[in-house]
Amino acid sequence: MGTDKAISGYVQIKGGRVMYNNSLFFEMPDAEPVVFFNDIYKALNINYPKFFKMDNLCKVVFLAVEVLLKDVSLRDKYKPEETGIVFSNANSSLDTDIRYFQSSLEAPSPALFVYTLPNVAIGELCIRHGIKGETACFVFDIFDALFQAWYADTLLETCGIKACISGWADFYDGKFEAFFYLVETGSDNLSIKHNSENIDKLYNQVWKN
Amino acid sequence: MNRVFLASDNIVSPLGLSTADNYIAVKEGKTGIALHHKTELWGDPFYASLLASLPAFENHAGYTRFERMCILSIQNALSGTSVRLDDKDTVFILSTTKGNISLLTDKPVSPQTRSRIALHSTAKTVAAYFNAVNMPLVISNACISGVLAVLLAKRLLKAGKYKHAVVTGADELSYFIMSGFRSLHAVSNEPCKPFDKKRDGITLGEGAATMILTTDESLAACPQKIAIGDGVSTNDANHISGPSRTGAELGFAVAETLKQNHLQPAQISFISAHGTATVYNDEMESKAFESAQLADVPLHSLKGHFGHTLGAAGVIESLITIYSLRDALVLPNMNYDEYGVSGKVNISRSVTKTGKHYALKTASGFGGCNASIVYSSIN
Repeated sequence: MGTDKAISGYVQIKGGRVMYNNSLFFEMPDAEPVVFFNDIYKALNINYPKFFKMDNLCKVVFLAVEVLLKDVSLRDKYKPEETGIVFSNANSSLDTDIRYFQSSLEAPSPALFVYTLPNVAIGELCIRHGIKGETACFVFDIFDALFQAWYADTLLETCGIKACISGWADFYDGKFEAFFYLVETGSDNLSIKHNSENIDKLYNQVWKN
Repeated sequence: MNRVFLASDNIVSPLGLSTADNYIAVKEGKTGIALHHKTELWGDPFYASLLASLPAFENHAGYTRFERMCILSIQNALSGTSVRLDDKDTVFILSTTKGNISLLTDKPVSPQTRSRIALHSTAKTVAAYFNAVNMPLVISNACISGVLAVLLAKRLLKAGKYKHAVVTGADELSYFIMSGFRSLHAVSNEPCKPFDKKRDGITLGEGAATMILTTDESLAACPQKIAIGDGVSTNDANHISGPSRTGAELGFAVAETLKQNHLQPAQISFISAHGTATVYNDEMESKAFESAQLADVPLHSLKGHFGHTLGAAGVIESLITIYSLRDALVLPNMNYDEYGVSGKVNISRSVTKTGKHYALKTASGFGGCNASIVYSSIN
């Protein structure tokens, strides 16, 4: 098992750069997160007003996956329930939790409260890309390629999933990063096999670039 | 592929500190929901299922209330089995939505507080109490966290990654959670009435529950062994804080769950639904169960007994499901008077005998997520 599963694309947002399949998609050093995110959004040339309602964690997840899927249409290739998502991060929704909590001392903000769950980022991806398959949200102190690979494999081998968006994103106190990749079964491009060694390599390689 | 059994369990809730006490209380129609006046949680009196002071345990000083809820539940569950956490074959899985969030105050968050709130470090703190050797896993997936955590344990054990899993679901009712659900106008002013025509929102609750699972059949809890079946999760792809209008996605998860377990609807004894008692959630679930051909299967929500315990709900409700399956009983849906959903479902109104050996547990939550799993009693 596992030989026919390949990583067909990957993206990393970190240090003012957006790397897509190991080439530079967008760069803006030393920008405030909100400016950086808005400019990536503009560079993508999309029209999705919901983006501006999202909290920062959802924004960085949304943008990363927008880049990851800019040349692929999951809607065309798969049924809604054939795509899954495995998402993990370190600080859950703490950045927004603090914002919500501060609002709650005066007047609790429902618009902030709905973003005080990390899996809402998955929900935003599902709405945007029409994904209805199995999804899950985990919290680890650091990116765990071994677990991430095992869980995606499990979904692909036993849960009727044919494509899986897998990744890691964190946003806390203005610091953020995102790393996502697409795993597909029966992909023509088997250049990057789906395993934890390759995932670790991509996660670190892109960063050093 | 390995089969997975329940080895031991516990529920810490206002209804008791063991699963047996909780199960008996539920069977007798008791509820943990009461009118409270605690201004640290909310200015006006409110209905909720709140734990009274927690019993002390050895070296409990220095742990937060949330951590103590988890430790108590795990300690009680471990006392009923030879499975241990200081064993390389055992994994600890924590299911929670907000963990130590009550540590947030009006002061700026210090690095120490941030670290204490980070769910992975909370899980490590709890795991370290039991000298756990493996890194804990944390699922924080809104209100389906508990069911998903059991499903994760089942998959890890089935694949042979570990021999045993300690799955704990817990959430503490804090001002954070109370004010948030209030701000969404999702909280009822009365005890919640799942599936009833007059339902108008949730009642919040708190608790912790633990399921210890094993692939070693000789460790399966007696008298009647319980096998953990397969399960499926789906997403609505519709709205981040409102359920699907059609219930098709939960319906798909349920139908796939039956298929994976090679079951027909007629073999299901009862459904332990999510049933939060919001207008839209219960409506969605009714359509989902009808679409999955389960319109005739007795159904209840346990929220009338425990309130909505968020990350604990899936584990607490799974255990009540399992105990009633063992007892060959279907429990009623509490606080229910009048049919109030448009999908066709069979709301359970009294304690009834059943000769069937399978039960279905479902959950749905913010972010559009749904999950379902099957439990079976083995003669």
